Amino acid sequence: MRVTRLLKLMAVLFAISLTAAACGGDDDSASVTTSECGSDLGVEKGDSVTDLSVALVAPSAADDVAFTQSMVDSLTRLGIEPQITDGTFVVEEAAAAIRGYAEDGVNIVIAHGTQYGGSLAEIAPDFPETSFIWGTATDTQGLANVFAYHPEADQGGYVNGYIAAGLAGDIGVVGPVEAGDAVAYVEGFAKGAQANGASAPSIVYTGSFSDVALATTTAQAHADNGVGALTGTSQSAVGAVTVATANDLPWFGTQSNTEAWSTDLTVASQVYHWDVVLKDMIEQIEGGTLGGEAMSLTLENGGLVMEFNGCYDLDSDIRDAAEGVIEDIIAGEISTK
Amino acid sequence: MSQFFTLSVLTATLATAIKFAVPYLLASLGETIGQRSGVLNLGVDGIMLLGAFGAYYTVLETDSHLLGLAVGLIIGLLMGLLYAVVTVFLHAQQGISGIGIFLFGLGFSDLLFQELVGSVKPVKPLPTLDKLPGVGGIFEPLVDIDILGPLVFDHDLMTYTAFLLVPVVTWLLNKTTFGMNVRAVGENPQAADSLGVSVARTRFIAIMFGCVLAGLAGATLALQLAVFQHNLTNGIGFIAVALVYFGAWQPRWVMAGALLYGLVTATRLRWQSLDIIPQGASDIAAMTPAIITILALVLLASRARGPAALTKPFTRH
Repeated sequence: MRVTRLLKLMAVLFAISLTAAACGGDDDSASVTTSECGSDLGVEKGDSVTDLSVALVAPSAADDVAFTQSMVDSLTRLGIEPQITDGTFVVEEAAAAIRGYAEDGVNIVIAHGTQYGGSLAEIAPDFPETSFIWGTATDTQGLANVFAYHPEADQGGYVNGYIAAGLAGDIGVVGPVEAGDAVAYVEGFAKGAQANGASAPSIVYTGSFSDVALATTTAQAHADNGVGALTGTSQSAVGAVTVATANDLPWFGTQSNTEAWSTDLTVASQVYHWDVVLKDMIEQIEGGTLGGEAMSLTLENGGLVMEFNGCYDLDSDIRDAAEGVIEDIIAGEISTK
Repeated sequence: MSQFFTLSVLTATLATAIKFAVPYLLASLGETIGQRSGVLNLGVDGIMLLGAFGAYYTVLETDSHLLGLAVGLIIGLLMGLLYAVVTVFLHAQQGISGIGIFLFGLGFSDLLFQELVGSVKPVKPLPTLDKLPGVGGIFEPLVDIDILGPLVFDHDLMTYTAFLLVPVVTWLLNKTTFGMNVRAVGENPQAADSLGVSVARTRFIAIMFGCVLAGLAGATLALQLAVFQHNLTNGIGFIAVALVYFGAWQPRWVMAGALLYGLVTATRLRWQSLDIIPQGASDIAAMTPAIITILALVLLASRARGPAALTKPFTRH
C-alpha cells in the first residue's frame, strides 16, 4: 500500500516536472526571452529587496533606451526607487552629485559610468560608511567601500553577430567610442558574425556616445555600401535605427531592448540585467561588507539576457542555432573574446 | 583607398556631405546677418535645441512636418526677442548673454523632453522629393539619374531652402536698404546713427533673422534625424558661429565652409566604413573635422576683417 502511494506521488511529481519543462520551452532559460509582439516593454516593479536608501548618478538620460535605462530598469526589478541624477556627461557635475548623496547620508550610491572612477577614488575614502557601486569597471581600485561591475558584452555581441550573419553577408556596425563595453560588444559581434560565415563587419566608431547625427550619417554610409544588417550601441544608436527602418534593414540592439525604437526590425537585443549583481552586492552591504569585489554580467548568471523580438519573423533554424550558441557560450565551449 | 574612388561611393559621400551641411548652413547664415550688424550670438546652439524639441514634439503629436517647422521658426523668433532685448536694449555683454541663452536652451529643451515625452521615440523623417505626398511620383525618375539623382534630387525641401537662402541673404545684405543699414551699424554704429539709421531697430531685426534661422536649423536637424534627445545638436551651433568667421561674413563662403565641414565628416565616416582608416585610429579620425576647421580659420579668417563694431554694445551719447 505504502509502495503504491509512493509510486503515485512520484508519478505526480514527474508529471508536474514534465509540464513545467514543457511550458518553459525555449524561453525558460534565464538568458533568453522572447517579447510578445505589441506588448508593453515597461519593466514591472519587483518586491523591494532592501530598506537601504539608494541613489543613482548616470551620464545619459534615465530613459535613453541604452546604458542608463538598463540600470533604472534593473533597480525597478529589485523594487528600488532610487534618487536619480542623470545627464551628467560632465564628470565634475557627476562628482558633485556623488559627493552630495554621500553627504546626505544615502546608504548606497551607484556611479554608473566608467569615467566616474577618478572622482570616486577621491570621494569614497571620505565616506567610509557609504557603499559606492561603480561601473563599468573590472576592479574596485583597492577601495574597501566600492563594488565594481561590468558586462561581458562580447557574449551577447557574439550571439547577435551570429544571428546577423544568418540574415546578411555584409553587416555594418555603428560604434560610439572605442572603449568599455562598446568595444567588447562590437568585437564580440564581429567574431560571432565571422563564425557564421559572414565577412568581417564594417565597423565605424563615431567618436561620440551621444551624437545622433554622426550615428545617422554612419549608418547611412553603411546602407549606401550595401550592408544587409546593422547594429550599434550607446544612446546615439537611435540615429542608426532610423536609418535601419528607412532602409528596411534588420537591427540588433544592446544594453536595453531597442524594440522601443524599432518594433518591426529589431531582431534581438542583448539586455543588461544589472539586478543580478546588484542583489548580491546589496546582500553583502546589509551584512556589513561595503565593497571590495568586482562582479560581471554574463549569459551564465542571467545578467545578460538575449531578448528576441516577437514581432520579427526570425527563421526558426537561425533562432535554434542562436540558442545553441548561447548554450555553448555558457558551457565555455565558445570563446567570445 | 581605391574602393573610395568609385563613382557610386564618391557620389554617395558628396550627397551625405550636402545633407550633413544643412543645419550648419541655416544656423550660420542667420548668424552672418546678426554678426554683420555687430551682434555675436553664442546662444545659437541653445536656440537650435529649443527649435529642435519644438519641431520634434509637434510632429510627434500632429504628424505634420510643416507645423513642426513652423513651431521651430516661432521658437527662434521668441528666443530672438529675448536675446535682442537683453543685448540691444539692456546692453548686456554679448558673449556672456549668448552663453546664458545656450545653457537655458540646453537645460529647458531637456526638461521639456523629460516632462512631455519621456523616452526617445522616433518620428517620421522629413520626406525627400520623391516621397513628398501627392507629387513624389514626379521626382521618382529624377532620383534614379546617375550621379545627378542622389546629388541634386534626393533631398528634403529644407535642404533646397537652406541653399536657396544663400543668394537671398547675399541680396538682402548687399542690395537692400535694410542690408546697407545692417552693414553700417556693424561697422560704425555712431556714424550710422548720426545719419538717422536706428541702430537698435536694425540690430533688433538682424538678431530676429538670425534666431529664426537658428530655430529653423534645429527643427530641420530634429526632423531629418527623426528624433530628439538630450543635447541633440552636440555643438552644431558653435561650429555654425565658427563657420561665419571661416566664411569671412560672406554667405557664399559660409556655405563653402558648411559644405567643407560636411564633406570632411562624411569622408572620414566613409573611410572608416570602408576600413581605409584603421579602427585604432577612430579617435584621431573623429577630431579631423574640428582640426580642419581650426586650420582653415587660422589660414583664412586672419586675412578677412570682421565687422568693426562686432560684440560692441551701442549707446547713444
